[in-house]
Amino acid sequence: MRRITIWLLSTVAALVLLFSYRTSTMGAGGETGAVATGNDPGGGTWSGTDGGSGPSGGDTGGGSSTGGDGGTTGGDGGTTGGGGTATGSVAQTRWGPVQVKITVSAGKITDVAAVQVPDGNRRDQEINDYAVPILRQEALAAQSAEIDSVSGATVTSDGYRESLQSAIDAAHLK
Amino acid sequence: MSGPERRAWVAQVMGLPVSVHLRGPLVRTPEVEERVARVLAELRAADAVFSTWRPESVLGRLRGAPPGPAATADPLVREVVGLCETARARTDGWFDARRLPLPLGGTGYDPSGLVKGWAVERAARHLTDLADHDLCLNAGGDVLLRTAPGRPRWRIGIEDPDRPERMLDVVERAGGAVATSGTARRGAHITDPRAGRPAEALRSVTVVGPDLLWADVYATAAVARGADAPDWLATLDGYAALLVDTAGRARATPGWPGRATVSSP
Repeated sequence: MRRITIWLLSTVAALVLLFSYRTSTMGAGGETGAVATGNDPGGGTWSGTDGGSGPSGGDTGGGSSTGGDGGTTGGDGGTTGGGGTATGSVAQTRWGPVQVKITVSAGKITDVAAVQVPDGNRRDQEINDYAVPILRQEALAAQSAEIDSVSGATVTSDGYRESLQSAIDAAHLK
Repeated sequence: MSGPERRAWVAQVMGLPVSVHLRGPLVRTPEVEERVARVLAELRAADAVFSTWRPESVLGRLRGAPPGPAATADPLVREVVGLCETARARTDGWFDARRLPLPLGGTGYDPSGLVKGWAVERAARHLTDLADHDLCLNAGGDVLLRTAPGRPRWRIGIEDPDRPERMLDVVERAGGAVATSGTARRGAHITDPRAGRPAEALRSVTVVGPDLLWADVYATAAVARGADAPDWLATLDGYAALLVDTAGRARATPGWPGRATVSSP
């Protein structure tokens, strides 16, 4: 379990850094760090690794991970093993606070959502419109590396284009 | 860490995205490419005979009439008609090809709910007899799997019917099938054969087991059956299921290989 949580947390840290990176490309060099903390439903604290080793974290502030304060905890995933939600603490960016929540089921990230994003002016709106979906896609792409195929009610060609299955296929077409 | 090479092919066949993933030493060779092409060609040929969306197919020309002697002179049509009868018996009549709303209008005989699994299972033989290669064939969300000895099992995500980008569960399988039926993508398109109306009590049913044809038929029959489906699915030897009801609650039958909780009786 510990290995899984560390992997998850480092993934999240990298994602949060990615988010920081995306926002920083839209303005002038934002130096942002991000903290991802939370508790799993079993009550143990998710202690993490330094997200600075993540693939996209190189040119932003290092993500630090602490247990305890700042992280609000979901933990409503009692129906599945290794499931639950964890909310990272608020990362202050130059545009305002950013906070990310991940949902874990069966030891996998099943969703990433921004629970708090800056708002108030037009640039912030651009950031939200652009960066939040990217964050989400990156999380699912990271996870799709761990899934070989997806079973679901009959997929139409329109649905396929946006599906996780199409992302998995694309990764192996060549 | 790096195992045998993996390669994917994707095609639009039978109105569905079909993806073939192979792992093994020969995935870049013309021999394997030719085998994959044979699989896809056979699926297209099955569609040309059985599609009830095509007015010119054998079934399309029948316009809902049950296939008579002229149609069943084709051994493949005869096989499918026989399998539909077997499916009706095995599902207590909840899978019934005889009185279904037809894509081109009207009500009548439509074996489509069985033909997909049958055609995929049959076409896949061109790849399953390829030694030392692992196969993961996904036809519109129904997955057929084979794994050579010593290779890692395939990991199949089960889609959340209400949020297709989320996974409800993940199952690891070395072989057999994972089939999902439900109302998620195309709306309520599974008919309750007793009421003659779309079945709506379940959002989706995923069945795992040795055979794609039967996993798919059982999943479809379970959606049609609705509330009683968990108890019925639990009686099927060698098959297990994960069900999601309209409230979004997931229940699994005993033997479900994923992590979802087994429903209490």
